[in-house]
Amino acid sequence: MVAVRESAPRRHIDWGRVGLHVGCLAVLLVMLYPLAWLIATSFKPADEVISSLRLLPSRLAMSNYTTALEGVGGVSVLRLIGNSLVISTGAVLGNVISCSLAAYAFARLRFTLRGPLFALMLATIMLPQHAVLIPQYIVFNQLGMVNTFWPLVLPKFLATDAFFVFLTVQFMRGIPKELDEAATLDGCGPFRTFFRIILPLSRPALITTAIFTFIWTWNDFFLQLIYLFEPEKFTITLALRSFVDTSSQSAYGPMFAMSVIALLPIVLFFMAFQRFLVEGMASSGVKG
Amino acid sequence: MSRVTYHDAARVFTGNSPVRAVDNLRLTVDDGEFLVLVGPSGSGKSTALRMLAGLEEIDEGSVHIGDTDVTSMPPKSRDIAMVFQSYALYPHMTVAENMGFALKLRRIPKQDVRQRVAEAAELLDLTEYLDRKPRALSGGQRQRVAMGRAIVREPSVFLMDEPLSNLDAKLRVETRANIAALQRRLGTTTIYVTHDQTEAMTMGHRVAVLADGVLQQCDTPRELYERPANAFVAGFIGSPAMNLETVPLTAEGARLDEVTLPIPRGAMDSLGGGSEVTVGIRPESLRLVSDEQPDSLALHVELVEELGADCLIHGRTAVDGKRLIVRADGRRPPALGDTVHVVVRDPEEIHLFDAGSGNRTA
Repeated sequence: MVAVRESAPRRHIDWGRVGLHVGCLAVLLVMLYPLAWLIATSFKPADEVISSLRLLPSRLAMSNYTTALEGVGGVSVLRLIGNSLVISTGAVLGNVISCSLAAYAFARLRFTLRGPLFALMLATIMLPQHAVLIPQYIVFNQLGMVNTFWPLVLPKFLATDAFFVFLTVQFMRGIPKELDEAATLDGCGPFRTFFRIILPLSRPALITTAIFTFIWTWNDFFLQLIYLFEPEKFTITLALRSFVDTSSQSAYGPMFAMSVIALLPIVLFFMAFQRFLVEGMASSGVKG
Repeated sequence: MSRVTYHDAARVFTGNSPVRAVDNLRLTVDDGEFLVLVGPSGSGKSTALRMLAGLEEIDEGSVHIGDTDVTSMPPKSRDIAMVFQSYALYPHMTVAENMGFALKLRRIPKQDVRQRVAEAAELLDLTEYLDRKPRALSGGQRQRVAMGRAIVREPSVFLMDEPLSNLDAKLRVETRANIAALQRRLGTTTIYVTHDQTEAMTMGHRVAVLADGVLQQCDTPRELYERPANAFVAGFIGSPAMNLETVPLTAEGARLDEVTLPIPRGAMDSLGGGSEVTVGIRPESLRLVSDEQPDSLALHVELVEELGADCLIHGRTAVDGKRLIVRADGRRPPALGDTVHVVVRDPEEIHLFDAGSGNRTA
């Protein structure tokens, strides 16, 4: 074998590319600055929180975290996170189960008025949350469910998030029909075809649904504010507000510490599941 | 006993103008027979198969498997197994799970499932791939898994919908022979759909030719080739296709260009004194002769396809400009632009069809 040595290419400095990268970095910095400031500020002593725009604290103060960990109004942080987790997990379960069932019906089963019903469901995407808020509140009040987690979780079990139904329908339409037919010949009815074939193959769509439902529910403030009154039932987002107005002097430092604590679970959740987001698997068993 | 019978079965797709995708199909497939359904795309061959599988409604008539009327039976009760064109393997299951899925659903004990899957895998040379997912297999292996999934069920009828069309040419020829051998060994009634007439001719005990939803002819490959029932079958079976020309009829015979092709008296009578007849001559029934030969047909050569052993001469007749294909010896191909002379090897090999209906005469 003849070794071919290439002469080292002369380094050209492409100033256009350098400019582009510098520009990108600058934009990135602007976008990430608030987040960096939030994290940095959570370590600042109380007197530096508002007064200083500097990123780095003059000295590391853990006091914000100790205050935050004590909780709000006698409710511990663990309880707050637990409440958020219960609601978010319930919402995820509800959406994954109900949206996939509804999507299967729209994508595969034949029934009268399927087209108009699908259009109607899609139309609800355009309905602002605030338009249905008061009627919904009245309904839950009548049912005696106000100040419980039910109003936040129960709707998810009824496939009310049309966006996720739509997302899953589109995904299921991409699964080859022959798989359903093969399953029918193998002895599956509609339910078994759903559970044994379609559901496992819809995993990427289900995981997308789960991730977004979790993040949106975890970060939600408005609905939780409307339906939950007792501090015992507060979620972490509601607790954040308490730092600002419960004491005469707003406790910004502990609030930022709490914000960081509130961010951690969703960051972890996202990191755990994001690789499934990109995973596409349905098409690989079909065609040679 | 698993004879399959279509009793005037029809499938009608409703719409603005209803389409009779399968029109009054009357067909019997004997126990253990390998029947090939062949036809161009849109001929209703796949629909006919899917009607038997239960994936397509039977709008008129009935379908029987053995002595059972399965017309309104759900697919799983019909005791059939199907191999799909796309194989339709479940991507999230291993080869073994794919093959055993139907048995598992029927609550057959795990031990038995494992044994039957192992036997089928052995038969198809898949043993070492049992734990793989379909995506880790080649096209040919996937095809065999699809076959295996059908075999383990030990059905009374195999249905195959173009199972070879996703394979490359070499593998297709190999698998074609394997499937035919496997069918003989298992002795299971098999209905096989294809658009490839070579597959049809080489694999089937009998071949049913469909066009526009209507059964044209069902016969052995040899009979289809030698006595096509109408001009459609004549043109569809055989490669290259039979030369079919509608020509004037005289008292002596059919006038093709300047030549009169003799017509047997019996055939002449059944033509009923029409003024035209459709003449069918296979490319291999024409023979090159020297230009002095009387009654030979002069052809202007437009294209020569050399196949090695043979060559195919595409030419136009000198007077009427009719296109004809001649299969000739591959060692002495004529050049483009030459004029060659041909005669029909044997008058018996001239096929005659009614110019109007296209049906064979006598």
